[in-house]
Amino acid sequence: MTDLNALTIAEARDALARGDLTSVELTEACLGAVEAGGALGAFVHKTPELALERARAADARLKAGAAPALCGIPLGIKDLFCTEGVASQAASRILDGFRPEYESTVSAQLRDAGAVMLGKLNMDEFAMGSSNETSVYGPAVNPWKVDERKLTPGGSSGGSAAAVAADLCLAATGTDTGGSIRQPAAFTGIVGLKPTYGRCSRWGIVAFASSLDQAGPMTKTVRDAAILLQAMAGHDPKDSTSADLPVPDFEAMLSGDIRGRKIGIPREYRMEGMPQEIEDLWAKGAEMLRDAGAEIVDISLPHTKYALPAYYVIAPAEASSNLARYDGVRYGYRAKLEQGDGIVDMYEKTRAEGFGAEVKRRVMVGTYVLSAGFYDAYYNRARKVRTLIKRDFEQAFDQGVDAILTPATPSAAFGLGEMGQADPVEMYLNDIFTVTVNLAGLPGISVPAGLDRKGLPLGLQLIGKPWEEGPLLDVAEALERAAGFVAKPEKWW
Amino acid sequence: MLDLAYEPPKPKVISGARHDWELVIGMEVHAQVASKAKLFSGASTAFGAEPNSNVSFVDAAMPGMLPVINEFCIEQAVRTGLGLKARINLVSAFDRKNYFYPDLPQGYQISQLYHPLVGEGEVLVDMAPGVARRVRIERIHVEQDAGKSIHDMDPAMSFVDLNRTGVALMEIVSRPDIRGPEEAAAYLTKLRQIMRYLGTCEGNMQSGNLRADVNVSVCRPGAYEKFIETGDPGHLGTRCEIKNMNSMRFIQQAIDYEARRQIALLEEGGEVVQETRLYDPDRGETRSMRSKEEAHDYRYFPDPDLLPLELEQDWVDAIADSLPELPDAKKARFVADYGLTEYDAGVLTAEVAAADYFEQVADGRDGKQAANWVINELFGRLKKDEREITESPVSPAQLGGIIDLIASGDISGKIAKELFEIVYAEGGDPAEIVEARGMRQVTDTGAIEAEVDRIIAENPAQVEKARANPKVAGWFVGQVMKATGGKANPKAVNDIVAAKLGL
Repeated sequence: MTDLNALTIAEARDALARGDLTSVELTEACLGAVEAGGALGAFVHKTPELALERARAADARLKAGAAPALCGIPLGIKDLFCTEGVASQAASRILDGFRPEYESTVSAQLRDAGAVMLGKLNMDEFAMGSSNETSVYGPAVNPWKVDERKLTPGGSSGGSAAAVAADLCLAATGTDTGGSIRQPAAFTGIVGLKPTYGRCSRWGIVAFASSLDQAGPMTKTVRDAAILLQAMAGHDPKDSTSADLPVPDFEAMLSGDIRGRKIGIPREYRMEGMPQEIEDLWAKGAEMLRDAGAEIVDISLPHTKYALPAYYVIAPAEASSNLARYDGVRYGYRAKLEQGDGIVDMYEKTRAEGFGAEVKRRVMVGTYVLSAGFYDAYYNRARKVRTLIKRDFEQAFDQGVDAILTPATPSAAFGLGEMGQADPVEMYLNDIFTVTVNLAGLPGISVPAGLDRKGLPLGLQLIGKPWEEGPLLDVAEALERAAGFVAKPEKWW
Repeated sequence: MLDLAYEPPKPKVISGARHDWELVIGMEVHAQVASKAKLFSGASTAFGAEPNSNVSFVDAAMPGMLPVINEFCIEQAVRTGLGLKARINLVSAFDRKNYFYPDLPQGYQISQLYHPLVGEGEVLVDMAPGVARRVRIERIHVEQDAGKSIHDMDPAMSFVDLNRTGVALMEIVSRPDIRGPEEAAAYLTKLRQIMRYLGTCEGNMQSGNLRADVNVSVCRPGAYEKFIETGDPGHLGTRCEIKNMNSMRFIQQAIDYEARRQIALLEEGGEVVQETRLYDPDRGETRSMRSKEEAHDYRYFPDPDLLPLELEQDWVDAIADSLPELPDAKKARFVADYGLTEYDAGVLTAEVAAADYFEQVADGRDGKQAANWVINELFGRLKKDEREITESPVSPAQLGGIIDLIASGDISGKIAKELFEIVYAEGGDPAEIVEARGMRQVTDTGAIEAEVDRIIAENPAQVEKARANPKVAGWFVGQVMKATGGKANPKAVNDIVAAKLGL
């Protein structure tokens, strides 16, 4: 048998059910990998005792029979999720020392499904970033490496991606506001699914941009994504934007047969200056789906080019308001004050010291676009663009398209410290293929589909109809099978 | 439904050094929704609790917490809107009003700027019998209250109490239809009355249930009529907003002061600057709080944590069907059904509990007499003891019993007042008390005649006087009443005295 920590959820679940291994063995293997994987900077708060306690409880349940779906499965949880009694600080200094007295709905559902939390995972501060470099803990590092350079695992869910790709855990949770699950998944050769907006509760997840944020699974296989999503999803009366819809059995919907499905190829995603490798991979993906019996059609999503600017108005606007609560009054970091400092000094010093540069930039951009006299020119226009983008997709789906195939990212993983230093927009361009999906509230999945010339993983994105994660996963699994992506990073850490 | 006819009152005119001026007033009333739980969290709204004891994770704006609309609060606001004859918007939405303050944990207040729950309505503001102002309501929106900052507990530190944070408020915005300080107070009184009838706001001003921001401007006579014609608020002069008052008296004083301040400024050739002011009741003046330039940029935008609020017409209709009879209708009915004056009907309908009390007393009895007893005796007595009608020791049945004893001739009006005092202090059935204490009035003419004869015999000088001046007969009546302990039937005494004196 391979290393236990390298198992998929499905494999481990079946082995646990058969009694071939125990959750404690599996958890210990993962904890060992976590310890050995320190150089990856993936786990930022480790909870080995809690993990073993839950593993022992899981074993007892397994022994007693009738164990829940994820019983005994070790997972990593992104630091954005509030976890009861465990540090939860969104990779920000401003939440220094914050230990919530509550558990986010999604992580509570995973816990109740028997999952074992190994610890909290690195990310960009407040999920703002595409390289995990804005984290107060320092960057997570991509386990993939082709020369001496350390590469980014992507972001914001960079720690989750690195941990799953390096087999530190079986799977992880991520969150995706503009591509924060799909881009890191593509950079690290794993599967990342952003569900339909409203599929998973946002309650207890530190908010970045409320109308775009959505939690989702980051896994080694499409099947695992189906299994993990099953446990994460569901209506939550504590989140008014969570949908009161039944959660279907996603795993059972993996039919392996996509004959007759119509896959759209949006012409507007063919960007100027796009690397040939990406274009080739995209074409190959379409071919593979055609070979599997799908019908490939060209479609148009005419407002695509406005998506990124609209996103970078709406997301910072919401963030500027969502982050106002971090003021040093009630919890987290508070700056040291001088004699005679007043409340405004406290706000200014606390926020100046507590937030990193990228968060400050977005808070300022957001404040600006919402301010009197600019609201209509920026925020309202961005909302209109958002409506048009949504309509683009609706029209494509109305024409009978079942799913849309695009590249996941405009490049493979880049080196840490190499991008966005001079111009933040350079970094924002990473989200070019993914933000439209958030703006339209649709489900999107990144599937590893090949390696670039240097041997780094590349992903393709499939976009589905609202609430149809099941059929989307079905197509994704066909693509996964056809691509036959089995490469693993060579262990250097 | 009956309607009484009204004339509008004359606007208040203030004579400046040079001209006459009129006042134009619009009000924003913040009414706390009567609800056990807050607008977006399950925390209690109980007044007077230990600081920071009614605070949920949502109220404290802990990371990842989300608001969930309390349906009951919405129902209360809709009920209020219907009570003010307002349009209910079946689709409304919540917006964030962003600013930093320690008693505002989220860093924003959830309110409704762009799409309020309730649209145009109106309030009839009674000023005197036959005189009332129709004040148009522009909108009612629902929003969160802030907490309380306490600066005077420690020389160096401020404290924050979040108990009130997130409590539901209705902001009721009027058009600039109010034309004087008295009208402003009467408007607020009427709003309070209607909301108390509806059960949607307790209206306790001391505990901050009801607070008002008042917009005041002054204009020359005739300008207001031009505004009504054209809809152009330019005719009304530049307004100042006086913030956050919770006393009827202070509201009137503040308006009066502010109007005179603006008039003095204008007559000296100056200009009124649009700004926010605070009323200082100790000095009796308003002070600038912040100018238009310093005004906060609240960066309103739709709250992405809350979906638009969509109501079903059937749901609204069901609330409309459940509305109680409101003050105007009740007053009109009391005038029509009980023959009361508008004034008395107004007094009796001020509080729904008093109106109900009156109707129980008046049931099967003379309405006017019942009104007199409730207003003059009962209300007067309760007021002396600072008691509410709901705390009255005399029940409607007991008061009705007293009135019945007068009607049957068993007791006189004077005895009835004594009886009332006994029932008020000791309780008991009025008829039994009359019986047990021998209070029944004497109608036995023989006994009265004997008494009259005795007094005539003992007072020959008075008899002479009475024959000269018949008014002196009243002295004999008084003596008889005195001798009988007031129990003699006054009419019988009058008749007998007159006959015996040969008048």
